[in-house]
Amino acid sequence: MLSSTAKNLYWMGRYLQRAKSTARLIEATQRMALQSRGEEAAGVAAIFGMEDEFRQTQEQGGRLASLIDFLVVDESNPSSIVSSIAAARSNAREERNNITVDVWESLNALWLELGSRLRSDRATLDRGALIESVKKQAVMIFGAAQVTLLRDEAYHFLQLGAFLERADNTARIVDVKFHLLRPDGDPHADKPDYFAWSEVLACIGAVRTYRRIYRSALDPAKVAELMVLRRDVPRSVHHCLWMVDLNMRELADAYGTRGEADRLAGELHTRLRYARIDKIFEIGLAKFLGGVRDDIATLSDEIGSQFLLD
Amino acid sequence: MAAKAFDEMNSGTSGPGGTDSIRAPYRGVANWLARTSPERVAATRHEVDLFYRRHGITFGAYGAVDGHEATIPFDIIPRVMAWDEWEYLHKGLVQRVQALNAFLADAYGARDICRAGVVPESQILMNGEFVAMAQGLALPGGVHAHIAGIDLVRVGEKDFYVLEDNVRTPSGVSYVLENREVMMRLAPELFSAMRVLPVANYSEELLATLRSVSFSDDAEPNVVLLTPGHFNSAYFEHAFLADEMGIELCEGADLFVDEGRVYMRTPRGPQRVDVIYRRVDDAFLDPLAMRPDSFLGVAGLLGALRAGRVNIVNALGNGVADDKSTYTYVPEMIRFYLGEEPILSNVPTWRCDRPDDFKYVLEHLPELVVKEVHGSGGKGMLVGPTSSKAEIESFADLVRARPDNYIAQPTLALSTCPTFVGQGVAPRHVDLRPYVLSGRKVTIIPGGLTRVALKEGSLVVNSSQGGGTKDTWVLAPEAGSGG
Repeated sequence: MLSSTAKNLYWMGRYLQRAKSTARLIEATQRMALQSRGEEAAGVAAIFGMEDEFRQTQEQGGRLASLIDFLVVDESNPSSIVSSIAAARSNAREERNNITVDVWESLNALWLELGSRLRSDRATLDRGALIESVKKQAVMIFGAAQVTLLRDEAYHFLQLGAFLERADNTARIVDVKFHLLRPDGDPHADKPDYFAWSEVLACIGAVRTYRRIYRSALDPAKVAELMVLRRDVPRSVHHCLWMVDLNMRELADAYGTRGEADRLAGELHTRLRYARIDKIFEIGLAKFLGGVRDDIATLSDEIGSQFLLD
Repeated sequence: MAAKAFDEMNSGTSGPGGTDSIRAPYRGVANWLARTSPERVAATRHEVDLFYRRHGITFGAYGAVDGHEATIPFDIIPRVMAWDEWEYLHKGLVQRVQALNAFLADAYGARDICRAGVVPESQILMNGEFVAMAQGLALPGGVHAHIAGIDLVRVGEKDFYVLEDNVRTPSGVSYVLENREVMMRLAPELFSAMRVLPVANYSEELLATLRSVSFSDDAEPNVVLLTPGHFNSAYFEHAFLADEMGIELCEGADLFVDEGRVYMRTPRGPQRVDVIYRRVDDAFLDPLAMRPDSFLGVAGLLGALRAGRVNIVNALGNGVADDKSTYTYVPEMIRFYLGEEPILSNVPTWRCDRPDDFKYVLEHLPELVVKEVHGSGGKGMLVGPTSSKAEIESFADLVRARPDNYIAQPTLALSTCPTFVGQGVAPRHVDLRPYVLSGRKVTIIPGGLTRVALKEGSLVVNSSQGGGTKDTWVLAPEAGSGG
């Protein structure tokens, strides 16, 4: 397998996951807005690191709707959903010969669908339906990858990209939301706002999961534990970094070599695996997550220099 | 317009008293057409378009401004040939490509054919496609044109002509394979009624051909496909063939040369490459040897070729064998190298660099087809009978300015096949491009790519000029026919 193939599949995984996470996040935010809580738009902007852009849209009289357009359909925003899908599709198109027809067709179908939706009149564009499509099709694409791809190096690079992106996404959501809702960093400062905290869980689609696991009222410390440390929650930071480590080990076995990326992946996984939520709040959640996110960024760079030759 | 064309379905004269106008190979298709409702046909055509888009089987015509991914129109009425028709073409194609390969080996070697006075040396040395660096190489098997696309036209029951030879990087074979997949899916009932010879083994034959021309005696030489990248109009085909063969699809940046060997970059480290099936033009292959501004090639590639460390398929400099002025010498090549009479005829061709021909051409422009010697894709040509006086006049000026750049041929009444058009089924002109594989042996999958001019009366079948494609069916020999 070529290095350029590894690189394309890694980025295909990242972009697809980015589109999927953004779709889910916006959906949760919109539902929250319908229940008329304040600050949702500011919160979303913060998650995407775009507070300045958001302030500008506010000065222009725009609010949540224009921010959402920026995140969903704006082709000039490289991280928007449509840009991410286009990028993933372009990566996949370059690797037509390294992915299955099922994976390619489901991704290409989504790209074609977005294209035809965007060509229609913007005033009548059904953003909700578009977001719903992205969520559904992304599941189809990852599902097709799961059941049809040969378990070779190419597959592991796709998985690496998707799980690194997802780990970073969840870490960012928890970081920003806690900062907004608990600026002092104390999870037990006052009575938790049910709507606000269920929205946090909804960002990773884990409201019902919370009930199944804890069978109790929403408690910010438990929300953090679920999203960061629970290994059995597929979008938790821990689960994703576990998967990253697993795929790194498969690659190391295949290649018979190990490097800094392998060490860092193992260290990150172990850090999440042995952490306890009360200890994390003692040192400060923001500090802990900041460290994890910095290391995820470093890991991505290390993977680049170790395998992808960029 | 030219005389009434031979229609491959309806120009039959068999049956009791010569009354059956449907030619034998088309009986199944004619029955199917009579049975199938227009609604079913419309629905099927729509399905075809969806299938091609979803698969991303696209073709970017040069000059398309928006949406550079277009699909080539596919016509669902197959073009059918009987076994004996194909058998005849097959023999002629093998003969012609063997002669072309002998000529290329000679042109870049001793040039016996020039010394024998058959082909003037200037025809080779003064040719813009001649690559001096490719001289004196002993290529494995002596093969230069490993993949050849020979464009054939038909004008009568037994009259076929070679329109042109393509021995550089002929494309279109992916459509042969995909068209067949589509037909099997959409019209299984038609298929099961007729015994159609399969084409799906093309990729396997191609891989075997590529492996057979490695310099190394490795049992499984590493073959890669070199593409200019995903912005190239034929990128789909490159990815398709690499996938079918299970080989790596490389761009220039994926390969490098170290100490005279070619390697590909992988996460495991460098891996040696033995054969490169390149879909990149000669000029862009190696910035050290050819165009220095090329980002599509691999620096040092030609050095590795000359050192016998990597083979490049098709060979460099094949353009000297397939331009439209060399074309006129091919029948002589067949006699010279093989000592045989040509099975397939050339179209009579006037070369404008010959004074007599030049005079004749200018006097008869309204009835001729005039082409650039190095032109391709249906561009830079004049179809006299369908052109206006003004168009003919301005083209005459071009010919006068550079006579050596043009050849002319009579306007052939290309055969027609029934084709779905807006108003129903109507005859449209077709040609045929079979793909001839030459390695240690010569292989041709039955049939090839049928291109169809969708515009009424048009003789230009190129996809960049509004042409479409059809599935081409060669029927298995009838039991007892001895075929």
